[in-house]
Amino acid sequence: MQNTQVIVERGGRHGGAALVAGGALIAIAASLPFWGESSWMREFVQIACYFIFAMMWNLMAGYGGMVSIGQQAFFGIGGYVMLALGNFADINPFVAIPIGALVAGLVALPVSYVAFRLQGGYFAIGTWVISEVFRLSISNISAVGGGSGTTLTALRGIEKATRESVTYWMALVCVVASVALVYLFLRSKRGLALLAIRDNEVAAESQGIPVRRMKLAVYAVAAFGAGLAGALYFVGNLRISPDAAFSVNWTAFAIFMVVIGGLGRIEGPLVGAILFWALNKFLSDYGTWYLLGLGMLAILVTIFFKQGLWGYAQSRWGWTLFPTQRRLIENT
Amino acid sequence: MIETIVQGLLLGGLYTLFALGQSLMFGVMRLTNTAQGDFIVLGAFAAIAGISVLGLPVGWALAAVLPAAFGFGYLLQRYVLNGTLGRDPLPSLVVTFGLSIVIQNLLLELFSADPRSIETGGLASEGFAVTDSFSLGVLPLMILTVAIAATASLQWLFTRTAIGRSFRAVSDDREIAELMGLQSAKVYALATAIAFVLISIAGILQGMRTTVSPADGPLLLLFAFEAVIIGGMGSFWGTLSGAMILGVAQQIGFRADPGWGIWFGHLVFLVVLVVRPQGLFPKTRG
Repeated sequence: MQNTQVIVERGGRHGGAALVAGGALIAIAASLPFWGESSWMREFVQIACYFIFAMMWNLMAGYGGMVSIGQQAFFGIGGYVMLALGNFADINPFVAIPIGALVAGLVALPVSYVAFRLQGGYFAIGTWVISEVFRLSISNISAVGGGSGTTLTALRGIEKATRESVTYWMALVCVVASVALVYLFLRSKRGLALLAIRDNEVAAESQGIPVRRMKLAVYAVAAFGAGLAGALYFVGNLRISPDAAFSVNWTAFAIFMVVIGGLGRIEGPLVGAILFWALNKFLSDYGTWYLLGLGMLAILVTIFFKQGLWGYAQSRWGWTLFPTQRRLIENT
Repeated sequence: MIETIVQGLLLGGLYTLFALGQSLMFGVMRLTNTAQGDFIVLGAFAAIAGISVLGLPVGWALAAVLPAAFGFGYLLQRYVLNGTLGRDPLPSLVVTFGLSIVIQNLLLELFSADPRSIETGGLASEGFAVTDSFSLGVLPLMILTVAIAATASLQWLFTRTAIGRSFRAVSDDREIAELMGLQSAKVYALATAIAFVLISIAGILQGMRTTVSPADGPLLLLFAFEAVIIGGMGSFWGTLSGAMILGVAQQIGFRADPGWGIWFGHLVFLVVLVVRPQGLFPKTRG
């Protein structure tokens, strides 16, 4: 028997530079309220919500192997909890954002008990049914305006400029925090276990990885993130309705962003969100044709271009912004 | 109360037709078609277009849609969906979900968001009076008959014919079936073609019984899916009973409060899922 010495290498060639550039970018972004226009801030808040939501979908589908069409359930729960706390419990909505996310994460635990009875494609549609149950239930609660929705009144006393700046900073913090959360999670021992589960569930279980518990953890974290995005979105939007909050479009756009950007890599939803923002900005006037094009693009990329844009860049040039993989190099 | 249950069973007939195609496609190739509901709506609109745009007589338009659906399903599976099959459910889900968005927006562009229905020459309003206050519609009874006939033929096709044997063979073990000379790509395409005939029948009957609009698809998909899961996998009679249970549950819910009918149907589905995840009448083919 010959033992080969190996060393584990992490990170790519550009990892350090990316970190510095990212830090600088965040610093510049943080100062935006002092020099930017308020429409830019609103746009950023919106795209931040899409991005956080897509990243959480990516965590579930790309790493946990769970394809869900029902993540809008947690988006809506986050939004409604934030609104209820603000309007009825006099809690500052900005403080209520993380609470809404937390509640969404907690709700995921009992929900998983039902959802995890289904696998694969049936899991996807089952989660959609569950999200419809939440939508119909909220539609029948008159305290939050039933089917036609209601307005977030708790922010009424706050001046518009202050409100917009704080919402913007909140969004920036949420984006940075959720990227950091997912990155550190994936780099930890648990992240490695998650990759093992994605590649082969049975083999992972035989190596002592608690598959069920790991999947539950991912599901709860993804629900927390979706709730965060929802609470943030409706603080920026000020108006909520069950059809908007529990719309399947949230998940549809998340799928689009992740598939186009590249599944199972943190950079994927980032690239996807930027592309989605650009398409939305310039082409959304075309209405149905625009949506039709998004659907076609998702189909074509899935069939012919499985790795997505960032996957292509990574395999071609070895780009990595968030090095989560481990490479074994023979030590000679 | 009896009236509610009878209406529920009649509604279940329609849901059976929604669900059979889903049951067939999942049974043969483990493919979850998330555009199922949108294809049902597409079938109805194809018939409507045949009648109003091409000016065909109603009967001819309906007769033309079925072979068209067969061909469409065959080509879709052979050249698009076969490439997405595999251990990973993601590609087939994304592709069918993308198709769902494409179909919805295409129909919206072509037909606007208005609900439409297929002209039945008064058939939809005919009925027999059972008691003074309770009458049975002719069309719902016809739908139920079609549903039972479709279930019986599908079951017969699966258990008694060479085509059914090839379906079961590729479902049980694709590689061994290929070693025995079956071409799984073609078998899959045939299964989807048959599923699409059922889907278009469902769409036409839905369009005759009530209205269809481009955004209806997702809800129909959820009903189809719930019927399949409640009934249990592996048996088309199971799917039929699942659809009946769902129909009755929704009718009871609607009777209690119109706002909670569909909600109650979803709830019954979730309860079945928790109590009996394998479905009520599973019959896994060994």
